[in-house]
Amino acid sequence: MTAPDTPSVVRHRVRSGAYHDSIVLMRLQSSLADLDGVEDAGAVMATDTNLALLRANRLLPDPIPKAGPEDLWIAVRAETAEQAEAALEEIDALLAHRNSDTDGSWRPRSLRGASRLLPGARWVLISVPGRFAAGVARQALDMHRNVFLYSDNVSLDDERELKRLARDRGLFVLGPDCGTAMIGGTGLGFANRTRRGPVGLIAASGTGLQAVASRVHALGEGISHAIGTGGRDLHREIGAITTLQALDLLARDSFTRVICLISKPPSPEVAAKILRAASRLEKPVVVGFLGYPSPGRRLGNLHFARDLEEIADLALECLASTATPPSDGGAARPSYPRAYLRGLFSGGTLAYEALLSLRPLLLPLASNLGADGVEPLDDPTRSSGHCIVDLGADELTVGRLHPMMDPDAAKRRLEQEAADPEVAVILMDLVLGDVAHENPAATLVDTIAAICDRPDSPRIVLAVIGTEQDPQGLEQQMEALREAGAQVCLGLRDAIDACLHLLPEQTSPEQTSSSAPEAEKQPDPKDLEGPISAWNVGLESLHDSLVGQTSEVLHVEWRPPAGGNERLAALLKKLS
Amino acid sequence: MSLDHDPAQTPGNDTLGQKIDAANQTALERMTSARPVLKSVAIARDVIPALQERRLLHAGPPIDWPRMSGPMRGAVIGAAIFEGWAKDAESAEAMAKSGEIDFAPCHHHQTVGPMAGVTSPSMAVYVVENETHGNLAYSNLNEGYGKVLRYGAYSSEVLDRLRWMNQTMAPLVRKALESSGGLDVRTLLAEALHMGDEGHNRNKAGSLLMLKALAPGLTASGAEPADISETLAFIGDTALSVLNPVMAACKAMADVAHGIEHCTLVSTMARNGTDFGIRISGLGDRWFTAPAATPDGLYFTGFSADDANPDIGDSTITETAGIGAFAMAAAPAIVSFVSGSPQDALHSTLEMYEITVGEHPHFTIPPLDFRGSPVGIDVRKVVELGITPRVNTGIAHREAGIGQVGAGLVRPPMEIFEQALTAFAELHDIG
Repeated sequence: MTAPDTPSVVRHRVRSGAYHDSIVLMRLQSSLADLDGVEDAGAVMATDTNLALLRANRLLPDPIPKAGPEDLWIAVRAETAEQAEAALEEIDALLAHRNSDTDGSWRPRSLRGASRLLPGARWVLISVPGRFAAGVARQALDMHRNVFLYSDNVSLDDERELKRLARDRGLFVLGPDCGTAMIGGTGLGFANRTRRGPVGLIAASGTGLQAVASRVHALGEGISHAIGTGGRDLHREIGAITTLQALDLLARDSFTRVICLISKPPSPEVAAKILRAASRLEKPVVVGFLGYPSPGRRLGNLHFARDLEEIADLALECLASTATPPSDGGAARPSYPRAYLRGLFSGGTLAYEALLSLRPLLLPLASNLGADGVEPLDDPTRSSGHCIVDLGADELTVGRLHPMMDPDAAKRRLEQEAADPEVAVILMDLVLGDVAHENPAATLVDTIAAICDRPDSPRIVLAVIGTEQDPQGLEQQMEALREAGAQVCLGLRDAIDACLHLLPEQTSPEQTSSSAPEAEKQPDPKDLEGPISAWNVGLESLHDSLVGQTSEVLHVEWRPPAGGNERLAALLKKLS
Repeated sequence: MSLDHDPAQTPGNDTLGQKIDAANQTALERMTSARPVLKSVAIARDVIPALQERRLLHAGPPIDWPRMSGPMRGAVIGAAIFEGWAKDAESAEAMAKSGEIDFAPCHHHQTVGPMAGVTSPSMAVYVVENETHGNLAYSNLNEGYGKVLRYGAYSSEVLDRLRWMNQTMAPLVRKALESSGGLDVRTLLAEALHMGDEGHNRNKAGSLLMLKALAPGLTASGAEPADISETLAFIGDTALSVLNPVMAACKAMADVAHGIEHCTLVSTMARNGTDFGIRISGLGDRWFTAPAATPDGLYFTGFSADDANPDIGDSTITETAGIGAFAMAAAPAIVSFVSGSPQDALHSTLEMYEITVGEHPHFTIPPLDFRGSPVGIDVRKVVELGITPRVNTGIAHREAGIGQVGAGLVRPPMEIFEQALTAFAELHDIG
């Protein structure tokens, strides 16, 4: 607060020949007076009477300056000169303020026209014929709006370009050929009326999304957001750009407690990318890639469903379960170029289980065990990339004891893997019981400790198989390994989960070479808050369906550029 | 993965589109910051060098006698008699036909005129100065209603009125203007838009504001009370009195937006009764023309669309500068021209925002919450959206001398914008 004796400061602006209605000036005056630190303000045409009035209100110096009745005089009295000047800087913005444009009956003809009438819209629904759709979508992205692209017949090249552009700007392109989405409780396109709830859906399939959403509703729960990505988002050429954005956003959305991924079978590389990203979320994710060979019922926070109904069922089970996803115990992830997992197994079946579990997530995955989608290891004594080695395989045990009895081979292989600068995580089994080595941990602890002592070393995870009645002593074995610096799990499942948490973000030459992650902007969660506000370009039925949902929506009377004249449209493109 | 980043934003590296956008902003800023003030009244030949010869200025793009429409021919005949070049219609016509009278568009000589727009060397003209940029513009004086030269009438009644305007009214108005230091037309228009005018077809409020501004100077001029009274009555009786100075003001505003490299804004729209023509700021003095359409409108008793002449006059300079049909939302009283409801008037203006690059900071529209009127027609937007500018206009009888038969709405032919866009692309080696 200003002390009463602090002299206030008067500043003014004169705008010669600027006529404004007196109502407008009164509004300007009161808006100025509301600004920070402003005690009083006056905005008048500079007639003698008006100037005298300003002076009487201590808004003018004495003598009254020379000005004419065609001059607009704006004066502000504030506590400080800075506040007065700041207020005067606001004049144009305050004069530009509009309450409304019309009764809403006017339909603009362009996105630019729409932006003037409904500037708050965050979404543009596009359903114009395919050959024009990319152009309209690009314009929407240039205006920093999210796109719901209902149109089909958009080329894969256009889709990729649009989605990259959107990702760089922190925007969504849902589609093309996206029939449905539910954003903040507002259904876009084909959408069922479901209650809102904690289940978030990400779907590359429109009817799949509808089926799951409807079942979630039937089971008594509701949908936070359902994000349609377009049927080709999980194609290799697109690389799940929208799906990954949606995962990230739903992960950050406090309302969403479980996320469901719904798609026809994706390309294996893309599936791996998505599952890797999903596996590191704190929320359970139900994976419903229909026809996709699932690695099991559950992998870390990932729950695999076999059909659409099961997606909804598993989502509800996740909500009901109080179990929190396994945490990585705060261990820091190794950093680039440490990128790969090496699994060293004395047990063949354990190796096989690890192989099948990790196969969808770690691409390419090599092994001396044969399996579909797994690359053979040319030389089983040398690992490369992500790799699972069955140390008990015949070619590695010629002339030796089985590694369960002689852990020495495992120890030497562990040293070999740890020396590889690209290795991030080494997963090993340790099988106790009769006939096995009498103290397998003891053969490993020195090596493990030595590795863990090095700066920036790979992490070591051990899956211990055994019981507390086993002669080696389960607790002692685990404790010894833990003390040496390894992360120790009882059983393979938890060990695999731990590995997934320790592996760094998937890095590939494609992702490291181009856009730095900081160049990408994250989508704004506010854009999902309902009821959404949108412009509709194309089918009027999409507009009408939004009107029914009390969203703010403005229909654009779109026509092909230059009336469809391709020569002129091409010229316009070059001149824009 | 390569991302399509925008080309570097350094000035030398701007894309053509960016250069166009920048040039259009410059043109818009110039047009809307112009401050036209009606300074005086002068005899045309004293201020327009081209009229020191036997030449007539006319509305619209260039045209020669054989292609002139009825009202334009009538106005030429009337002007030739008024100047004393010919004694009657036949001899005037013969002179025009034989090439003894030279013709030039008003627009080529900083001048604009409503309807036929014929301006001859001896006629009195308003002198408007753009105080921001210093350029001048001229227009003839409004003759009122009925049989008038601008609609092609040339009877003795018409010529007598022109002589009275020259001899009595013009000197008085000049005195009044000079004693007051001039009349700020931009401010007058801004106020008139809040009083139900749109500045082209409706100028009732603006004409009364002009009368109010001139009255003290006129009455203090020391002239014969009868002359003063007649002049006051003449200006006050004609609801279009202010149209001519308004047109000259719009011309002064549009001219400073003309001739800017890379600019795609329309800097001239004008009709000569045969052709509708436009010029583009970045394409210099080249006209793009096509046959003018017949306005759609309401007709006075006894007349119909069959009587209408194709669109005529320089008054489209008002739309070029962002008023007229572009400010239709401000003039609900004349909505019948645009088909009926006040909502249609709003839509007329809202549609024009689609093809313009800015909102006028001085011309604001109360029913649109004091939003600035749409200004700066971008030929790119016209072609892209298929929306031609709206024009409010009077309708002339197609025969000389009958006069105004109605008023309504017209649009320029789309092809002239397509021609202009193509020419612009060719100029910049795009094909």
